[in-house]
Amino acid sequence: MKKYSETHEWLEIKDGVAYVGISRHAAQELGEIVFVQLPETGAAVSAGQPACEIESVKAVAEVNSPVDGTVTAVNTALEDAPELLSEDGDAWIFAVEPSSAAAGLMTEEEYKEFLG
Amino acid sequence: MAKKTALYDKHIALGGKMVEFAGYALPVQYVGIIEEHRAVRNAAGLFDVSHMGEFLFKGKDAERALNFLLTNDIRGMRDGQGRYSIMPNESGGAVDDVIVGRESAEKFWVVVNAANREKDAAWVRAHLPEGDVAFFDLSDDIAQLALQGPQSETVLRRVMKEKDIPAKYYTFARDVQLGGHTVTVARTGYTGEDGFEVYCLNAIAGKVYDIIERAAREAGVEMLPCGLGARDTLRLEAGMPLYGHELAEDIPVDETGLGFAVKRGKEDFVGKAAIVAHTPEFCRVGARVRDRGIVREHCDIYCGNELVGQSTSGTFSPTLGCGIAMLRVRRDFADRSLEADVRGRRVALATVPLPFYTRPDKEK
Repeated sequence: MKKYSETHEWLEIKDGVAYVGISRHAAQELGEIVFVQLPETGAAVSAGQPACEIESVKAVAEVNSPVDGTVTAVNTALEDAPELLSEDGDAWIFAVEPSSAAAGLMTEEEYKEFLG
Repeated sequence: MAKKTALYDKHIALGGKMVEFAGYALPVQYVGIIEEHRAVRNAAGLFDVSHMGEFLFKGKDAERALNFLLTNDIRGMRDGQGRYSIMPNESGGAVDDVIVGRESAEKFWVVVNAANREKDAAWVRAHLPEGDVAFFDLSDDIAQLALQGPQSETVLRRVMKEKDIPAKYYTFARDVQLGGHTVTVARTGYTGEDGFEVYCLNAIAGKVYDIIERAAREAGVEMLPCGLGARDTLRLEAGMPLYGHELAEDIPVDETGLGFAVKRGKEDFVGKAAIVAHTPEFCRVGARVRDRGIVREHCDIYCGNELVGQSTSGTFSPTLGCGIAMLRVRRDFADRSLEADVRGRRVALATVPLPFYTRPDKEK
């Protein structure tokens, strides 16, 4: 079950690992994604703070981590195929080992309502 | 509030994502920048560039007056010919870059950048030499469509007589018929492809747009409406300068790589003394990102630890599939190994000759 942040990231916990991606809405707003600057494995990330950047032709967008923790893996497939983020709603960017429970995230329904 | 061009309703109907640019509401994209970019490289694209400014100079001394206001030598042009020029300031920087079109010996059109239009008009009024020359700013009455791409001529041939279509690059045909409407058609553009810029009165712009769209459909040309996003990626690949980026009031014109448009040997013109006396310190170079990443404008450029310049424009090149940028760097570092500082991260660059892209039929 994905949970969403107000800054349009999603978080999905599988086997104790939290995967982070961007919402369909964010991908559509950005347009064709042509570059992902992945975070470093081992980097500390904080909830609501930028963890990495994604770029469309026209713009740069920061991706915030929805949770505190340490980056344990990055999706290197995005290096050669950043467009996966536009095409596949399940494409994750990085995985985090949370150091505290995620807070303030929305369910899919709540997020839809939030978008209005 | 942003001004609307005559084609505003069309953009909304076509699903254009509207932004404000140079005081106008214009589409940054419709279906997507990359798709629109490819349409222009492979077939055709249609842009609303009505925000551009159109000036008219009339009178026996119009040519002499323009030659005083511009860096290029506009004497000796033929009727129906266009010429690129810089309009310099007194200190040798650029007020704007323009295209001059000679309609007749006593009538010249000058197309200026939208963002500079009012500044340019004030500058012209303040610096126009005495004599038989009248200056008019007709920008508010004139719409401009850019039909760009290798199949542009195929499209126009369905709705124009062949003899009315300008045959050579940088020529134009004044008051010709396009699908029953009177327009001016120039074989010019800002994409690095063959193409045309169609000027008409605002009142008929919507009709002209529809006629061109229908002509493309009937000709089987996969033309897309294109926005400002693709306009920028296309001009960047073509190595074309953009005012406010590669050109500015405080960038000496001899540092812009546009020497072909600066005739320092001609008789007196605005800024001549400054231009002739100046020794260029910086130059414009093209650079590709060696690995991954995008270098946009205003990134500091380093050679080792030495700050040697800045990027003036940069984007992802849909044709080359990598980051490309134009840099303003100190001349003695132009062929050195350079890096860009992208928000604190160093990105290695390879300097390459401009343009990044040359249309296939122009390659030798």
